[in-house]
Amino acid sequence: MYIGKVIGRVVSTVKDPGLASQRLLIVQPLTPSLQPTGKQIVCTDSIGVGAGELVYWTRGKESSFPFLPVEVPTDTTIVGIIDRVNVC
Amino acid sequence: MLIARVIGDAVATVKNANHEGQKLLLVQPVQLDQTTPRGDAVLAVDAVDAGPGDLVLLVTEGFSAMTAVGRPDSPIDMAVIGVIDRVTLFDPATPA
Amino acid sequence: MILARVVGTIVATRKDPRLDGKKLLIIKPVTPEGKDEGSYLIAVDAVGAGFRETVIAVTGSSARMAEGCKDRPVDTAIIGIVDTISLDKGATKGS
Repeated sequence: MYIGKVIGRVVSTVKDPGLASQRLLIVQPLTPSLQPTGKQIVCTDSIGVGAGELVYWTRGKESSFPFLPVEVPTDTTIVGIIDRVNVC
Repeated sequence: MLIARVIGDAVATVKNANHEGQKLLLVQPVQLDQTTPRGDAVLAVDAVDAGPGDLVLLVTEGFSAMTAVGRPDSPIDMAVIGVIDRVTLFDPATPA
Repeated sequence: MILARVVGTIVATRKDPRLDGKKLLIIKPVTPEGKDEGSYLIAVDAVGAGFRETVIAVTGSSARMAEGCKDRPVDTAIIGIVDTISLDKGATKGS
């Protein structure tokens, strides 16, 4: 799982039926010190996050599991809102 | 699987139900010299009760991670599945 | 599947019980010509590979199709030892 920040939103009308009623959010991946790293990505949202929130997200097929039994064609999904990151 | 160093943890209250009760470790994948970072640090579910500073085995594929923590069909793509005792390189000249 | 060279071993006492008895090898991906391709992976050895041997490794969920890896948390497995590699421009020895 990766740390990220919600920085935007994508609206799409014509899309795969499996993505119907899915919120598509733009996430900036972050390092543990919360510095931006890598390219921004579009994520589906499985928990209902808001703009600017610190989140963690998964990559790969398992990203579609929060939506089962609906098979959502996604490879990146936000699965949690981070309260706190402790770096030792 | 990759070698990684546990550098911290993350706490989340609002999260996927399958993540409830699981420890989220912040781990930094490292090169074979065990110190040079290999990419960015990631969050992994802890399956072996690892702690800060431990050198660990990190699986980076969904099914392996899910079976390691016993949560099938959950959005888990990485897990710590072992604490490394020793790394042996047959040829000390192997570049990291 | 990737071509790789065996460069080391990993020992872990505290690990997922389903990895007990599995040999963990450090492998480095190589080109068909035998050149290192940079990084490394840790793989479960399903064929009894040895030091410096060139091997075939399978990654992702397919790794669990390897001998003795079913239903285990394995994402990279060694499933073959290369004897020779033939390329259009000629043959190079596997290991």
